[in-house]
Amino acid sequence: MNRIFLLVPLLLLTGCGGANWGWYIIDPTTTTGWNNLKFLASGAYWTIALSLTAICFSVVIGLLIALPGLSKHRGWRGVNRTYVELVRAVPILVLILWVWYGLPVVSGINLTIFWAGVLALALSDSAFQAEIFRAGIQSVARGQYEAAQSISLNYRDTMRYVILPQAIRRILPALGNQFVYMIKMSSLVSVIGMQELTRKANELSVSVYRPLEIYTILVVEYLILILIVSAGVRWLERKMQAAEQ
Amino acid sequence: MPDADTAPLISMQGVSKFFDEFQALKDVSLCVKEGERVVVCGPSGSGKSTLIRCINRLEAHEAGDIVVDGVTLSDKTLDHIRGTVGMVFQQFNLFPHLTVLENLTLGPRRALGLSEEEAEARAMLYLERVRIPDQANKLPRQLSGGQQQRVAIARSLCMEPRILLFDEPTSALDPEMIAEVLDVMVELARSGMTMIVVTHEMGFARKVADTMVFMDKGEIVEIGPPEQVFKAPKSARFATFLNQILNH
Repeated sequence: MNRIFLLVPLLLLTGCGGANWGWYIIDPTTTTGWNNLKFLASGAYWTIALSLTAICFSVVIGLLIALPGLSKHRGWRGVNRTYVELVRAVPILVLILWVWYGLPVVSGINLTIFWAGVLALALSDSAFQAEIFRAGIQSVARGQYEAAQSISLNYRDTMRYVILPQAIRRILPALGNQFVYMIKMSSLVSVIGMQELTRKANELSVSVYRPLEIYTILVVEYLILILIVSAGVRWLERKMQAAEQ
Repeated sequence: MPDADTAPLISMQGVSKFFDEFQALKDVSLCVKEGERVVVCGPSGSGKSTLIRCINRLEAHEAGDIVVDGVTLSDKTLDHIRGTVGMVFQQFNLFPHLTVLENLTLGPRRALGLSEEEAEARAMLYLERVRIPDQANKLPRQLSGGQQQRVAIARSLCMEPRILLFDEPTSALDPEMIAEVLDVMVELARSGMTMIVVTHEMGFARKVADTMVFMDKGEIVEIGPPEQVFKAPKSARFATFLNQILNH
């Protein structure tokens, strides 16, 4: 509930600031205003689809990269380190541009804007996911592995039934933060033409020349999305805690 | 006392184990026959835990041979040997996110391929044996330490091992809970289970042990039937240790 109050300063700013506001362009009581609002909100679908798909891929890639990082063999750990260091060093925007303009040339694979965006976001985030998973898995006591070994569980079952359920509970807040981060980073995919929230705001802004109001709405749109996600993560955390008590 | 002529179920020959520079086991040899109950004691850092942890390769030994039920322990035979040897830990190591029943059925279902019904029936059988069938649907944290350790014993039994290793099973328990765990272990011993127990519970050792092993500095210093070694310790180190344990 307290989070609703976060909106208060924003409303104060928009209502009481000295700027010359022109809210008429998104006044829902006028046809033009209503259409403009609908146009702005229509990007939400792609923002959500892009972030959700990308986070799913980045979690899977992150986990697959984290596991060799926990290996006893130096070679496997090297694979993990190389990937993490390499991917973390590339800015997301640069990766998006490279996947969209460069990848088709070197690989012959032509991705749609959506999948290029998903790939770039997922790759970029996966390095961070890998580190989160590694920390989470390492936080599970050694005795849990030993108990699993002593009842003859193989590596896959040990991870699936014993280690990961415990690790994921611990890293859930971090994964939630990463999802919030992903929603924010998805705005960068607008540069290659993805029709998500930011792109829609850009397009409307250049046609009606009211960037102040339009980008303020854009801020509110992201704020609402992210507050919903945070609430969801908190709910999930509480549910998992309750299940353990 | 088991038949002296039968082949040993566990045979350790010249086993050495290092942790970096520190040698935790020095050329240790030990034979355990089917149905034999061995109690291992010794000061902390004497290598007693390492000794039993080598048997199911929670620690890999660097030299010597460990043969379990005729099979030499190696990476290739590890799965087979872990199926033969069960282990109970000092800290119980129950899976905290799973109920008691799930803790017990996980191994039989995933490693032995039992159906859910078969695994649950087996789990309930062993929960009754450790006298807590009514706790089946609770989470480990809802149980007392003694109950948790009995669940851990039941979890090992569900894999129907031929040998059970106990690594200081009562050391993490409050004094009033030690008896309930020892009772279950005494019962197990009487049922003919082959057991190697690392413990300082000398009463338990006197009651059930066929063989008493005293370790110090990575070596077996004294070995023999309890009545013999308790009455007439051959080494000064064991005599001092016994004195400390019994009179503290």
